Amino acid sequence: MPMTMTQKILAAHAGLESVEPGQLLEAGLDLVLGNDITAPPAIREFRKMGARTVFDRDRVVLVPDHFAPNKDIKAAEQCKCMRDFAREQEVTHYFEVGEMGIEHALLPERGLVLPGDLVIGADSHTCTYGAAGAFSTGVGSTDMAAGMALGRLWFKVPEAIRVVLTGKPSGWAGGKDLILTLIGMIGVDGALYQSLEFQGAGVAALTMEERLTVSNMAIEAGAKNGIFPVDEATRAWAASVSERPYREYRADPDAVYAREVRIDLSRLVPVVAFPHLPSNVRPASEAGDVPVDQVVIGSCTNGRIEDLRIAAAILRGRRVARTVRCIVIPATQRIYLQAIREGLAEDFVEAGAVLSTPTCGPCLGGHMGILAAGERAVATTNRNFVGRMGHPESEIYLAGPAVAAAAAVTGRIRDPSEVLEAPDRERLLSTPEPGWGGGRAASRGRSRDAVPAGGAR
Amino acid sequence: MTAAGRAFKYGDNVDTDAIIPARYLNTSDPAELAAHCMEDLDPSFAGAVRPGDVLVGGRNFGCGSSREHAPVAIKAAGVSCVIAASFARIFYRNAVNIGLPILESPEAAAGIEAGDRLSLDFGSGTISDGTKNSSWRSAPFPPFMRRIMEAGGLTEYVRARLTEAGDSGAEGGGS
Repeated sequence: MPMTMTQKILAAHAGLESVEPGQLLEAGLDLVLGNDITAPPAIREFRKMGARTVFDRDRVVLVPDHFAPNKDIKAAEQCKCMRDFAREQEVTHYFEVGEMGIEHALLPERGLVLPGDLVIGADSHTCTYGAAGAFSTGVGSTDMAAGMALGRLWFKVPEAIRVVLTGKPSGWAGGKDLILTLIGMIGVDGALYQSLEFQGAGVAALTMEERLTVSNMAIEAGAKNGIFPVDEATRAWAASVSERPYREYRADPDAVYAREVRIDLSRLVPVVAFPHLPSNVRPASEAGDVPVDQVVIGSCTNGRIEDLRIAAAILRGRRVARTVRCIVIPATQRIYLQAIREGLAEDFVEAGAVLSTPTCGPCLGGHMGILAAGERAVATTNRNFVGRMGHPESEIYLAGPAVAAAAAVTGRIRDPSEVLEAPDRERLLSTPEPGWGGGRAASRGRSRDAVPAGGAR
Repeated sequence: MTAAGRAFKYGDNVDTDAIIPARYLNTSDPAELAAHCMEDLDPSFAGAVRPGDVLVGGRNFGCGSSREHAPVAIKAAGVSCVIAASFARIFYRNAVNIGLPILESPEAAAGIEAGDRLSLDFGSGTISDGTKNSSWRSAPFPPFMRRIMEAGGLTEYVRARLTEAGDSGAEGGGS
């Protein structure tokens, strides 16, 4: 029976020739991930299971990122619980503050996830790694505990929605606009219990970082995973982050899909998801008059170096509006350092933005930018549910980094082209060349050995 | 197994931030979580809910975060079962894994109104509404999931398996 890409990866990890949608199976795990919120309950269940050692200390990843650096005493206790467990179990991939980043930006950057891998994480945005051609999905803490104890977990084989991409994005439109547009088309439960499989000639027009943004929000359509085919860009990225061999899986040409959705990337425009669902999408140019109190640029969705380059292009030489607090959060330490070397950090601070150490922080209403009653934020994060970023009477508008930066400058939701004509896309997303961005950043950034940003093109 | 209680009814897309806001995730103590259950959607819920009561939602109940704290908060609040037209998949897994009964029935989710007296039979999947004098059947769980639930949740299921295997860390995964 022909299979989708997801079905092939599940079959291979379960030692089966073929699988069918709806089939329950048990598969071996390549990686088990947890964070400071989800790992402590998992550790408790792990002990209750009677387990003494994790199945493979190289295949468990623990990242204090949500309420870290510790936001209060209770959060400190949770981080300590995870740290103590990591030491006790001699977990190889525990990332301390100073080394850590937001987990879903950190793992691809460190080459811990490669094509063909099967990854579970006690965090719903674990689906991010579908961008790398891996099967990855979010689970709860008890599943994480079972994964750590057994190295195996049960899965129900999903059917898939085929998302066919054509054309190339232009102007300020990018990966975030693609995934928000898709969620707007199919709804927040449009892919419930299903895979989103991205295909078509348009895939090649998306950078690896944009694919990470797209796969990251597959969960916001209810999907189990969101996966991209492995192509030249994937291989170049994989070679830049790891020497580990990996396996490429490809959907059978005659694989059966539950549904097909087509998106022409050349027709994408910068969009915004209005409160209180990621599916309430409309073009930024049609937002109307929405005054904004706070802008957050960061998160596992849009805290990578390309996102910071886009935001800096708009903030450079301008000022954050007096009525706005603008908080920029590079997703990892390496991205933070790269932003310094490219001169982006200076652009942000000179514009009047706050530059924060990596943390999930405000995205889930943890710390570093909580909203008061009646306040509105434009955020490059992934959820705009009631109370997500603070008071239940606050509002979140989801957008990509260009719309967010334009909102910081104007104090309103605007199409970014009202602030700055979109530069050439290739040049905008890649490391600045001399002569672009004033040459200032380039002279500082390019001369040193630039840190691989995990976003090779 | 049976249960009985009053219905608390909410709409579509009840998300995990509504079930338990992240500001309370600096603890995983069930009683503390229960005190804030549904707080941003219905501040009166935690004070009004009684043991055996039933949460009724529409489509995509439990969407959003993977936080197991959500079904834990509901269970610790005394809720005997969640009935919904459909469940977000991570919430579904988590509920099965921690032993919170859930029943999927679009008809029941539409027919039940807030305050209705419900009685539930988990063996047959029957939902009876004493106030409306009507009843519905939910789709049965696959046998594999029933085994996990009958074992008392995934923790007990894995515990039994590890005991059987006679060691603490079963064979590794990988592909």
